[in-house]
Amino acid sequence: MTMTANKSIEQPDAELGAQGSVQARPMSSLAQRLSTYGPLIGIVVLAFLLLVWAPSSLSTFRLGNLGRYCALALASMGIGLAWGRGGMLVLGQGVFFGLGAYAMAMHMKLEVAGPGGVPDFMTLYGDGTMPSWWEPFRSGPFTLFAIVAVPLVVSFLLGYAILKRRVKGSYFAILTQAMAVAFATLLIATIKQTGGFNGLNTFSTFFGHNLYNPEVQTNIYRLAAGLVIVFLVILWQLYRSRYGELLVATRDAEERIRFLGYDPANIKLAAFMIAAVMASIGGAMFVPVVGIISPSSVDASASILLVAGVALGGRASLFGPALGAIAVGYGRSTLSENFPTQWTYFLGALFIVVVLVLPGGVASLWSMLRLQLSSVQRKPSSTDADAGLNESLENDEPAVLA
Amino acid sequence: MTASFLGEDYLEIRNLTVDFDGFKAIDGVDLTLQQGRLHFLIGPNGAGKTTLVDALTGLVSASGAALFRNHDILAMKSHKIVRLGIGRTFQTASVFEKLSVLQNLDIAAGVHRKARQSVFARGNVPERVEEALDTIGLAALAHQPAGTLAHGQKQWLEIGMLLVQNAQLMFLDETVAGMSGDEREETGELLKRIVADRTIVVIEHDMDFMRRYADFVTVMHTGKVLAEGTVAEVQADQRVQEVYLGTTTEETNV
Repeated sequence: MTMTANKSIEQPDAELGAQGSVQARPMSSLAQRLSTYGPLIGIVVLAFLLLVWAPSSLSTFRLGNLGRYCALALASMGIGLAWGRGGMLVLGQGVFFGLGAYAMAMHMKLEVAGPGGVPDFMTLYGDGTMPSWWEPFRSGPFTLFAIVAVPLVVSFLLGYAILKRRVKGSYFAILTQAMAVAFATLLIATIKQTGGFNGLNTFSTFFGHNLYNPEVQTNIYRLAAGLVIVFLVILWQLYRSRYGELLVATRDAEERIRFLGYDPANIKLAAFMIAAVMASIGGAMFVPVVGIISPSSVDASASILLVAGVALGGRASLFGPALGAIAVGYGRSTLSENFPTQWTYFLGALFIVVVLVLPGGVASLWSMLRLQLSSVQRKPSSTDADAGLNESLENDEPAVLA
Repeated sequence: MTASFLGEDYLEIRNLTVDFDGFKAIDGVDLTLQQGRLHFLIGPNGAGKTTLVDALTGLVSASGAALFRNHDILAMKSHKIVRLGIGRTFQTASVFEKLSVLQNLDIAAGVHRKARQSVFARGNVPERVEEALDTIGLAALAHQPAGTLAHGQKQWLEIGMLLVQNAQLMFLDETVAGMSGDEREETGELLKRIVADRTIVVIEHDMDFMRRYADFVTVMHTGKVLAEGTVAEVQADQRVQEVYLGTTTEETNV
């Protein structure tokens, strides 16, 4: 109960004495501003690359590929929020990706069928009658609403049930993983309603625009890339907000947060729900870009591939998850073009190397270099107080599965 | 017992019992914690002091009753108890080491913030946080990561976090343990400054510190209240002397 013996050994004061007298730096120093607004410069550069450079330089085929990576990046950025900042290893984001993707695909399928028409696969595999829950997806506005609302509701119910019971760590990961397995199984089993194993494909228009028109394709790409930029800005604001600090504090010391009067479950639930909506929007963009959605794009292994990209890029950093998703997507296409059968080994090996050498992902390289540089430039003196939070986020990795 | 001569906020504990599979860590404790006084909770190791605080802050379940502002806090969850105005510290300082002193206080102040306000970054330092920084004497270190603070300063930061979350009832678990003599004195003065409009319960082993700052003392032994009263009354108590001098002498002078 009350141990006193080891109390006095705690934290020798000697080394801290020097720092104690260091004056607090003024809040608005240049370094402080740079560390706050620096990421915005990065977002602008990325926006230029994705929205200006890529459409003018890449072939339609490559641009389509990049659009697909952007759709996946949206889901990955959500994983960065939930896992990197919130400490929840979400292994089933394919579910929410799928909810958005199928909502969009259903609408586009009904566009092909025309007013009053029935999607072709329903006459192929069934008796040509459409389930009533398909009906509202004829409406474009309803579909857009559903892409946001359905994952919100589903993630709230799931998250509430899981997080309020204080399920954490690997148990949380396994539960979400099981969710993805169940979701894919359900899709495959309902061929008459969802297209089953084949999924939904052969679309011709996207909200009335001809999908075979290269200009429309480019604009769809722009929409996907633009959403990546928009959500980067949203996440940037979220990470620097009080909620962002609170989320990290919850990740690092959940019990302590409880004794500050917060319910950690609510804090994590919010991050989980935002991540779900981002995955759903990513899924909704995936469909017009790729032209097909099937259970193999939303099942457990697809979900894990998303997480792999996030780990590769750096889960707690702002850009890591997005760039990781794009890199994994690019690597996957390039390698699979050249080595159709062995590309997964490359990816697996890369993943192992990065996790071993750079547990914080590739994004942690930057802050590691900066730390090295600054320790060379100025002698070990005052610590970087203001940048402390951001730096610590990128450097060290909490034991998520502990 | 009538409420008229008590402070406005007080905690009324009746027949509180904590049962760990047949072992009664707390055995029918009756206790009244009044506003405006430094209430010291002392007793040898295993007396149940920390367990009592754990029970009152929702960490372990207990039977009996503990009434604060017309709520039985034994039936409440930890974070709800905190929102009611009851805060605590832990034996090991548990501040967020990577966050600055200011950020630590700001997070503690967030309990009284509306959810939509937390979407924005912190603009100006909230008044409450500024006040607390001055009270605990860490204003000059506001932007230091809490991890670089000295042990005593971390404990003061914890007290500051209780101040900004506006805890009317504070449980401080061995706050001065491991502190230097000067730090103890500063801590004592700090507690005297802030106790006027709140209730502060201090679990302590340091008898000198207790003699100097206690307004009221409760001695616990084997899960029961052994004696209560002023420092002089408690020191004169035969049973207290037995417990401290008879069995665990070394405890009195840690």
